[in-house]
Amino acid sequence: MDKSKANLTADLKGLACPMPVLKTKKALDSLQPGQVLLVEVTDKGSKADIPAMLKRTGNELLEMDEKDNVFSFLIKKVK
Amino acid sequence: MEEKKKRMAIIASKGTLDMAYPPLILASTAVAMDVEVEIFFTLYGVDIVNKKKYQSLQVAPIANPAMPSPVPFPNILGMLPGMTPMATMMMKSMIKKINWPSVPELLHVCLESGVKMIACTPTLEMTGLSKEDLVEGVEVAGAAEFLDFALDANISLFI
Repeated sequence: MDKSKANLTADLKGLACPMPVLKTKKALDSLQPGQVLLVEVTDKGSKADIPAMLKRTGNELLEMDEKDNVFSFLIKKVK
Repeated sequence: MEEKKKRMAIIASKGTLDMAYPPLILASTAVAMDVEVEIFFTLYGVDIVNKKKYQSLQVAPIANPAMPSPVPFPNILGMLPGMTPMATMMMKSMIKKINWPSVPELLHVCLESGVKMIACTPTLEMTGLSKEDLVEGVEVAGAAEFLDFALDANISLFI
C-alpha cells in the first residue's frame, strides 16, 4: 500500500465499533472529492464495517491491508 | 442524482446503562451511512434524554444471569444494597476498556449529526417532566408523529 497517496491520515487504533466508522466518515466529510484518506484501525469488525459504510455513502475503497493486527484502508472520497 | 435517503426508525423503551447503547450506536452509525434516523424515547427510555439522569444510568445484576461477575454468586444476592452501583461501575470499566464513548457523549454525537430525537408526551406527563428537563435538541411528540416517520422507514426497531 502506497500510504504517501493519502491527503489525510486518521489514526483510529484502539477504538471499538462504532467509533472507527463514525470517525472515518467525519474525516471523509472534511475532504474534497478526489482526495484520499488513510485510515488505520485495530478493531477487527472494521474489516467489514468500513467497506459497508463506504458502499452506502458512495465512496471508494482503493486498498485494504492487514499488518501486525492493524488494518489500513486507503479510501478515495467520491462524494 | 439525489436519491431518496434510506430511513431507520427506532423506539427506545429501556433506561438502563446497557440498553442505552444499542439505539445510540445504531443511530450514529446509520447517520454515517447516509441514513435518516429518528429515535422515539418512550417509558424508561426517556431517561436516556433526561438531563438530570442521562449521565448516571445504571445496570442491575438482579434477574440478569448474563451479568459478568468476578466471583460466582447466586443471582438473588443482586438485591443487596450496593449491588446495582457495583454492577454499574463494573460495566463502566468494561466500556472504558474498549474506549467506548459515554452515553452523554454518544447522545451528543447523534444530535450533532442530525438524528431526530423525540420524547414521548404521555411518558413526560406521567413522570412530571417537560421539554426543559430534556437534553437540548430533543423534541416532544406522540405516537402518530413516530408512525408518520416509521411508515416510510426501511428499518424499524423496538429496543
